[in-house]
Amino acid sequence: SCRVSSDGQPPKFQPPSKPVIIDKQKQREERRFLSPEFIPPRGRTDPLKFFVERKDMIQRRKVFNIPEFYVGHILAVTTADPHASEKTSRFVGICIQRGGKGLGATFTLRNVIEDQGVEICYELYNPRIQAIEVLKLEKRLDDNLLYLRDALPEYSTFDVNMKPVTRLDHEEIPVNKLQVRMKPKPWSKRWERPKYNVKGIKFELPEEKMKEAQKWSQPWLEFDMLREYDTSKIEEKIWKEVSEGLKK
Amino acid sequence: SVTGACRAIQKLTRVRVVDNSALGNTPYHRPPKCIHVYNKTGVGKVGDTILLAIKGEKKKALIVGHKRPGPPMTPRFDSNNVVLIEDNGNPVGTRIKTPIPYILRRREGEFSKVLAIARNFV
Repeated sequence: SCRVSSDGQPPKFQPPSKPVIIDKQKQREERRFLSPEFIPPRGRTDPLKFFVERKDMIQRRKVFNIPEFYVGHILAVTTADPHASEKTSRFVGICIQRGGKGLGATFTLRNVIEDQGVEICYELYNPRIQAIEVLKLEKRLDDNLLYLRDALPEYSTFDVNMKPVTRLDHEEIPVNKLQVRMKPKPWSKRWERPKYNVKGIKFELPEEKMKEAQKWSQPWLEFDMLREYDTSKIEEKIWKEVSEGLKK
Repeated sequence: SVTGACRAIQKLTRVRVVDNSALGNTPYHRPPKCIHVYNKTGVGKVGDTILLAIKGEKKKALIVGHKRPGPPMTPRFDSNNVVLIEDNGNPVGTRIKTPIPYILRRREGEFSKVLAIARNFV
């Protein structure tokens, strides 16, 4: 500061401005992820059953780290296999769906090896699984990517030896808005129909076919009150339970 | 074209021969089809022997993968894969490029020669 004071004496010492400290720990706590298999399905079963299952799930998670992942991430799973050489087998693939609730929760990985599409359905809480590594973090536009079976094989091929992509921000997971190109029809399911609500396909079908597919739309479904299942309060309770269980 | 109901291998399913034998790879106007499954039920899973009709001949084959989802932690393939085999269990081809499930190793005694020519395991 080159201010000349009125007295003629050197200016008073101005300390530099304080640095702004962004406390990343606090920011991390704001975003919390509860794995979807913790949320109990809607039904008439005793909540005690889900409570006991959650205790077992927390116990397993303390021993073995199950990372946060969504559909569309590329994972590498090492399992113990008595029939494999070195007793472990490693499989790399993109997660196409996550199903099941409680201890029977599963996720399916897909990859194309030597021009052959392979899908393996792994159980999250199976003691045979030795390690789950997330190689690439990437959400997709859809909840399940089953349409990759009818897409061109280039969209399902992933290098087996690919190195994990480091994530810079601990805040948001990027959404890949990739529109996948399909093989010629017939497909295993009619993905153009609104029942599947698929956003990640680039349909190259003529407009008449797209309009004909809209005949099967059921626009009243989103307003059906009996199908509503509000999980926000249940999630809050379970999040507290799980985070306390993991801290112990 | 795709059959919907039973994605395991039964009579009249079209299969894909996966080894590098001449019988399996030469083109023919009809695809190789299963005509019998050596099983109590007529449904063939991984590790079962079947009878194939290829190029007007009958040949035994071993199932190495099917489209039907099996037990968890086992692979599910996008096509019904099959390896041609003689009556005594010797494979006809010399190399198998496509991945083979590790479960076949359980019956190492019967399939040791097929497993020896396989290159990738899943």
